[in-house]
Amino acid sequence: MNSVRPGEIRTGEVMAIVEHDRGVTADVTYQALGLARSLLAAGVGSSITAVLIGAEADGLAADFCVYGATAIVQVHHAELKDYAPEAWGEAISGLVASRRPVAVVAIGTDRGNEVLAYASARLDVAFAANVIEITAVGEASVSLTRLRWGGSLLEQSRLIGSTYILSGAAHAFDGEPSPDHVGATPTTEIVDATLSGNAARTRIVDRVTLAAGITLTTAPVVVSGGRGVGSADGFSPLQELAELLGGAVGCSRVVTNNGWRPHSDQVGQTGKRVAPELYIACGISGAIQHWVGMMASKHVLAINTDGDANMVGKAEYAVIGDLHEILPAVIEEIRKRRGQPAPPSV
Amino acid sequence: MRILVCVKRVPAPGAHITLTADRAAIDTKNLGFTTSPHEECAVEEAIRLVDIHGGEATVMTLGPAEADEQLRYAVSVGIVKAVHVTHPSLTGEADWDPQATARALAEVISRIEAADGVFDLILFGNESADAGGFQVGVRVAHTLGRPVVNGIKAIDVGDSPGERTVTAKRESASGFEVYSLALPAVLGVKEGLNLPRYPTLPGRLKSKRAEVAIHTIEPVPGGLLTEHFANAADPVVNTTVLGSGSAAAPAIVDLIERLGLL
Repeated sequence: MNSVRPGEIRTGEVMAIVEHDRGVTADVTYQALGLARSLLAAGVGSSITAVLIGAEADGLAADFCVYGATAIVQVHHAELKDYAPEAWGEAISGLVASRRPVAVVAIGTDRGNEVLAYASARLDVAFAANVIEITAVGEASVSLTRLRWGGSLLEQSRLIGSTYILSGAAHAFDGEPSPDHVGATPTTEIVDATLSGNAARTRIVDRVTLAAGITLTTAPVVVSGGRGVGSADGFSPLQELAELLGGAVGCSRVVTNNGWRPHSDQVGQTGKRVAPELYIACGISGAIQHWVGMMASKHVLAINTDGDANMVGKAEYAVIGDLHEILPAVIEEIRKRRGQPAPPSV
Repeated sequence: MRILVCVKRVPAPGAHITLTADRAAIDTKNLGFTTSPHEECAVEEAIRLVDIHGGEATVMTLGPAEADEQLRYAVSVGIVKAVHVTHPSLTGEADWDPQATARALAEVISRIEAADGVFDLILFGNESADAGGFQVGVRVAHTLGRPVVNGIKAIDVGDSPGERTVTAKRESASGFEVYSLALPAVLGVKEGLNLPRYPTLPGRLKSKRAEVAIHTIEPVPGGLLTEHFANAADPVVNTTVLGSGSAAAPAIVDLIERLGLL
């Protein structure tokens, strides 16, 4: 903080919007508190307030002090029941109008970006999505780096406004408890929101559950296939390996464009972002648009016939060869070590 | 029904992007351009909705003179009207900020609606492939006073005349969330909504002759100022080659075991 001149510091609250679904937090939402701490460290704001929208989230209040929040605001209204983007956006813009925070932050998920877009539209202030770093603080602006092209290009921007509204790119900020704040007790305040009649126009009216249990975004192992898999049927060893490891199957854009897998399996800029312990990339060349969807994986194993493929060069581990020979051998080896018999061949 | 699709001209996904010497812009000399992928699906959806419900679809873009190409592409696959919002400051890949873009689009939409009637449904891509601002559709909807939901991967327009609603599905971690919006409404859609068709030869010929309405708009800048770009650094990785062919299977399983995933 020494590098920031005193006159440039804007004091006040940094509000972190907690993303939750009917009272269950999204894993990434703790990173919003990490982004808020980065703003404070850069000289933007002097305290962090965690904002819990809807009474369904009241039970989460105790969770946020160890992440650096010294105040919790619980926003209540009859319309703030389940997720409703316009009502959430209006609740946030109402808080900004009444409390004049220095900044409002969330994590750049579908919901995080959506509610901040709503709030900034209502306030007619700028909004910077998918920020990865706060680089400098000016008189009435904050300089930041944000992602373009899903992360393959970085943009250096200046955000100007009475309140800085920004979302952090997933996995760019610390989502761990802050050691400085363990044991702190935040103040808790209930704010009754004033919402216009429009707030109820957009809300969830139903849910369709397709996948129970392990999903692509939560699986510890993702077995992912690209052009090299060759066909829809070619995915069967990937499916089998994923099932053996309690993982999920992913794929690249060319696979969904060919109709080999549903779009819901697509990993990448226009698909899902995944961050498993192990990402096994089978026959995936590793175009940047795919890489940005899985670069947050802890470990990457590339299986490819082409030793010069991008994916092989970027992966921590690689095996050169045909996935249709390698995967069955891996499946057999796993069964052998577990003492499981091979299923009867058909 | 009257449908409007807003599209953006962006460098072709997968293209290697080089920057100008001052890093203030993207070097567009050797780049191919296309319609942002989410919006290709928006164009396709508009055509399908008109096939089902009747009416007409219009495509609109804000961009440089060259964005005419993306409008004509949309016409070649079945959109009937095209609107080009532009200004001399829009050249190459120079973007307006999201607020300026949304203000200009909302103003032109209001002009068109005053003359020809309200658009029942306005489709945007969830975010542009290049700038990724995640907000222009929401801002336009707010200015027009219409409901909007983003991240949509399925659209169903109700057919009963008394109940003008659109049902829209958004992917969630475990399936879909279903939203119901009264028309007129705005939706931000995502790739996977459909598989866009390719233009036919007659479609291409028709698009060459299509009339494009041009609206010149002065920008009203907002508060997000882009200063320069940088290519994301490639990770420096020393790849460990575990072997080749099926002989590498034990080494792969060793790795899985070491990571505690067996």
